[in-house]
Amino acid sequence: MAILIDENTRLLVQGITGREGAFHTRQAVEYGTRVVAGVTPGKGGTKLDGIPVFNTVDRAKRETGANASIIFVPPPFAADAILEAADAGVPVVICITEGIPVMDLIRVKRALRDKQTRLIGPNCPGVISPGKCKAGIMPARIHLPGAIGVISRSGTLTYEAVDQLTALGIGQSTCVGIGGDPIVGTSFVDVLQLMADDPDTHGIVLIGEIGGTAEEEAVDFIRAHVKKPVVGFIAGRTAPEGRRMGHAGAIISGGKGTATDKIAALESAGIQTAPSPALIGQTMARALGIDASQAHAAELNR
Amino acid sequence: MKIHEFQAKQILARYGVTVPRGEVIERAEDARRVAAKLGGRVVLKAQIHAGGRGKGGGVQLAEGPDDTAGKARAMLGMKLVTHQTGPDGRVVRRILIEEALATARELYASLVVDRGSGKIVCMASSEGGVEIETVAAERPETILKEFVEPGAGLHAFQARKLAYGLGFEPALAGQASQFFSALSRAFQETDASLAEINPLVVTTDGRLLALDAKMNFDDNALYRHPDIFDLRDLNEEDPLEVKASEHSLNYIRLDGNVGCMVNGAGLAMATMDIIQYAGGRPANFLDVGGGANEDQVRHGFEIILSDPNVRAVLINIFGGIMRCDIVANGVVAAAKSLDIKIPIVVRLEGTNVDLGKKILQESGLNFAVATGMKDAAEKAVRLAV
Repeated sequence: MAILIDENTRLLVQGITGREGAFHTRQAVEYGTRVVAGVTPGKGGTKLDGIPVFNTVDRAKRETGANASIIFVPPPFAADAILEAADAGVPVVICITEGIPVMDLIRVKRALRDKQTRLIGPNCPGVISPGKCKAGIMPARIHLPGAIGVISRSGTLTYEAVDQLTALGIGQSTCVGIGGDPIVGTSFVDVLQLMADDPDTHGIVLIGEIGGTAEEEAVDFIRAHVKKPVVGFIAGRTAPEGRRMGHAGAIISGGKGTATDKIAALESAGIQTAPSPALIGQTMARALGIDASQAHAAELNR
Repeated sequence: MKIHEFQAKQILARYGVTVPRGEVIERAEDARRVAAKLGGRVVLKAQIHAGGRGKGGGVQLAEGPDDTAGKARAMLGMKLVTHQTGPDGRVVRRILIEEALATARELYASLVVDRGSGKIVCMASSEGGVEIETVAAERPETILKEFVEPGAGLHAFQARKLAYGLGFEPALAGQASQFFSALSRAFQETDASLAEINPLVVTTDGRLLALDAKMNFDDNALYRHPDIFDLRDLNEEDPLEVKASEHSLNYIRLDGNVGCMVNGAGLAMATMDIIQYAGGRPANFLDVGGGANEDQVRHGFEIILSDPNVRAVLINIFGGIMRCDIVANGVVAAAKSLDIKIPIVVRLEGTNVDLGKKILQESGLNFAVATGMKDAAEKAVRLAV
């Protein structure tokens, strides 16, 4: 089992005919993901590598039985694309798009309250359940099927962590990028809940960063509900106050949202944190009781 | 994006937020005319993108046209140093001249996006003129909050709750409700990320006005507000950061000596952190983004190198969408076009990594190729000394 997406996922790609959409569709198919449909308004009736393209999500879902969607639509149209997928009743919607106005996300979040749809992202690398399904832009080859869940607000830093885990022989059940925007569809807590309930996830790596209080909320949840080993890393110890560090949500304001506070919160709940981003894999290995010296040797040999 | 106080007040006034009478000047000779027009005592306010102006001499009272002109002359061109500008300060290029008001009460009002609830929150406090963070830490019970329902805006009853919560008499409460409604409408319709009125004042003759105003905007929404985008003042930004933004690069200058270029915001922050963990200090944050091209990489490199404090550069790329060969070509092109005297450490991983390494090795240039982040950071820190 995995969370969110697995071998039964029938993926729909919104924005399939765009440069990014087409590229990542092919990557997903190559990984073995069942991409059943694409949507690009105006391109209905055409095909991309044999995948049927529709004008609307509603039609695409009815004709192909798609049960998850990934969105590669430019920022001005992305909020609408999310709402269209939700309206069609797609249960899992993963929005990769970076740069959506906050006001649009506020409206989307309100509209999703009345729907069954779970939104992942936006501004995220997507989701992968290694060996089963890839719905995202992450490099496939660094992943290894296994039992560790990875949750992160970042893209490339997640790849770094996954690469370290794989190098140590620690496979992953599902890796979820929740996104770097101040408002995202699914929080750390939501994903932790799913991973806590997933019998095939035996440990969790949580990668946070400066800004907001999502990590602190995650800590409260872990303390009360997660019995599996959890390790953390928080990026941005050296980030200055008041500056947005690339991600729209990565900002320390009014002295709030610092890495130091978040690390302290994690440690107060007994969650081991990696002091350096190069030690995320090793910290997980130690938490799992895997021989740290062997793990260290493996890491050095990379 | 930040704008000046006078610009914020112009925008807010359009939505019906009450602001003092005033005019902005760029030349001292205009001060006389504005002072004469306003009549009576006036206040001169230096327009820079930083708070704490009063303590540095950026806010001054003047009496009559002569006094106003004299003070404007002294203030224009001065380097104003406040706790937010850093030691270099900012050059004052414009002054807002306003009527001086006799105030009876100073309060606080603001709107921001509340990340937890995913809604806009309107806050008000009876403690104006001090930083809201201080109030929040010491007397959180004095901060009133109303969450704005997406799509609906701030309801009239919510505006009234805030007004009566601040202890206003009915006549003023009416004004205050209108003030909060107008402020909330301005915030939503301009895609603001912050609107802060501190202080919000009640004058001795019973008027409610925004004595100061600060507005920031969501960069992602500027495409639909070209009028606001035009208010961007490049003089208020670090020249290197301006250059980076022209090439869609995310660069923030810091004060260390290890320059870094990374793809992805999280990894870029983590790279800064590991430089510190290795005993060094990062000179900058630079995220070249997920889909950067060769040209952007070259510009990024040039920007890093134009910081004179940089003694070594660490390039850390984990290629996902970004291909390592593209990075390598950009780095080689930049290194060839610039006369580089400082060491460069490169760590490449991910898509097309072998091709990328090959390009670096065959360039004939002296790159230190690292394996893993730790090795890369340690090498760069050692070479930066």
